[in-house]
Amino acid sequence: MKEREINTVIKGIAAAPGIVIAKAYIYAKEKEEISNEMITDIEDALTSLEVALEQSKKELKKIFSLAVDKLGEKRAAIFEAQMMILDDPILVSTLKKRIQNEMKMPEFIVDSEISKYTHLMSLADEAYMKERSHDIEDIKHRIIRNLKKKKWRSRIESDVIVVTTNLSPSDTVLFSRVNVKGYVTDFGGLTSHAAILARSLNIPAVVGLHDAMSKIHEGDELIIDGYKGVVVINPDEKHLKEYLKKIDKLHNYDEELNKLKDLPAETIDGRVIQLEANLDLTEELEYLVHNCAQGIGLVRTEQLFQHSEAFPDEEEQFVAYKDIADKIYPNLVTIRTFDIGGDKVLPVDLKEPNPFLGWRGIRLLLDSPALFKTQIRAILRASSHKNVRLMIPMVTSLEEVRESHKLIDECKKELHKEGKQFDKHMQVGLMIEIPSAAAMAKEFAEESDFLSIGTNDLIQYTLAVDRGNEIVSKLYQEFHPAIVRFIYHIITEGKKAGKRVSLCGEMGADPFAVPLLVGLGLESLSASVSLLPHIKKVIRSISYAEATELGEKCLKLKTEKEINTEMHAFYNKKMQDQIKNLY
Amino acid sequence: MKEITVTIINNAGLHTRPAATIVKLASKFKSEFFLNKDGLHINGKSIIGVMTLAAEKGSQIVLSFDGEDEEEAANEIVDYFNRGFDEL
Repeated sequence: MKEREINTVIKGIAAAPGIVIAKAYIYAKEKEEISNEMITDIEDALTSLEVALEQSKKELKKIFSLAVDKLGEKRAAIFEAQMMILDDPILVSTLKKRIQNEMKMPEFIVDSEISKYTHLMSLADEAYMKERSHDIEDIKHRIIRNLKKKKWRSRIESDVIVVTTNLSPSDTVLFSRVNVKGYVTDFGGLTSHAAILARSLNIPAVVGLHDAMSKIHEGDELIIDGYKGVVVINPDEKHLKEYLKKIDKLHNYDEELNKLKDLPAETIDGRVIQLEANLDLTEELEYLVHNCAQGIGLVRTEQLFQHSEAFPDEEEQFVAYKDIADKIYPNLVTIRTFDIGGDKVLPVDLKEPNPFLGWRGIRLLLDSPALFKTQIRAILRASSHKNVRLMIPMVTSLEEVRESHKLIDECKKELHKEGKQFDKHMQVGLMIEIPSAAAMAKEFAEESDFLSIGTNDLIQYTLAVDRGNEIVSKLYQEFHPAIVRFIYHIITEGKKAGKRVSLCGEMGADPFAVPLLVGLGLESLSASVSLLPHIKKVIRSISYAEATELGEKCLKLKTEKEINTEMHAFYNKKMQDQIKNLY
Repeated sequence: MKEITVTIINNAGLHTRPAATIVKLASKFKSEFFLNKDGLHINGKSIIGVMTLAAEKGSQIVLSFDGEDEEEAANEIVDYFNRGFDEL
């Protein structure tokens, strides 16, 4: 039994700002643990089983439709067989009978019953039978996972700080729906999707603590400081008082930011920067309309639909996009087509050795024209009020751009024939997030309506560093001179071609980076909505002339360290009055 | 009740795709349908069951049909085996 910590301070990475005090809820992922507990409510168990089977079917359907596109009917057959297993009348009735007779947890029955078959298969001499038993194992785990998920969802309490080893994006979203106060995790970095989501949902988070799970007990009182990456376990009076005071001050600062709500993001010397919001969840929509957003610079459509198990059809997508377009009207919304990786859709035996250099973004879309066109049609139809732009992710060469334009034109012709409404001149832009596209920004700008710099991937690909790999993550230098120069190059070439250039990566959400970006000539940026008020405050505190000087200076510097020092000195000088009272 | 012995004649054997097709065919009929091989007695309307059968080219399976439409069921399913699962 671990000892109860008293007033212990542990430090991690500040992943989402905010300070919160609440009780700890330990979320331990029981991976494949099968409980053989007895049950009392047979009806409930049978319903759980049915729901889990249904859920698994939906998941497989989504995988199957893409597998057919990419692998052909033949190789996709395994998914069809897996789907049939979920409908297998003999299996399903046996599972139900056993639940009724043995009164054990459904997960136990599923494990025991399906294992009988896999055991038989593994006994066979033929090599392909062993493979097949893996496939059946796969379906077994899928059902069990879905059984557990349901159980977990109903167990989670409200108003707690979730403490866990690692948080998946879907966990983050699920927890946010039950009003979780904060997140504390042992692993994960600043740019993990979970951290990004926590920021956009305005839930303070500290990640990468390493010993949180071993030190924190269920029910411990925690302070989490999402600005400094600090967690205090069972704080004493002094700590509590200090933090309550900070919360108070932050509250005042928030009110001060609130006063800027209706003012433009304009520098002291009159340069106006367009501030837009990134949108991952429809839940954010109401919130961002009230929070400085002058439009939506990035809708991550793959996030929007990550909970619909099957690939959403045209109608479902249309309804979602139209809803966003209507709510943000007359402002504009930029909808990025699915940026999914092959890892999400390929069967287990086709795992890519290096998914970041593999089948993702526009590559996957162009290989799956049916899927791509469904989405293009839905976006076009949502554009009938002329406030929708379409954006293509991960372009590396002009052929991809031209190929995409061809499909978009095809869709327009189809819709026209069908008599459906859409914006004939809907703007089509490109994410510039791969060095080849950055180097050719001129040509990419000439063949599109706008560019948007995706800093996360641009950094990762330029520096050849996987931002999720803890061993090399310190080589992930956001402000590497090469990155600063790339950004300047893209902005400059975009302007020469007369095209709008925006930036929608995490860098735009970093208040320290804002003066530099403005100084490099950026006129528009898109970030998590919760950070927009603060970014506006920064912009209103600086002058464009001085920012330009900062930009020019940084373009000449040779190491990230020098650039960082310069940026922070600038920020601290300009923002001192505003922030010194906070900390 | 009808019993018919069939031989697997396609190269790949009774792999996943034909297994799925057999189950789909069997499900159209009211009759009970079983596959018997190496002491295993498998319900032909259960995909997971049929998938447990390891049947390479040349191996023999005894099919049994029982019910009002056993004639039609036997005809159609045996024919599918004899066509080598349409993979010849």
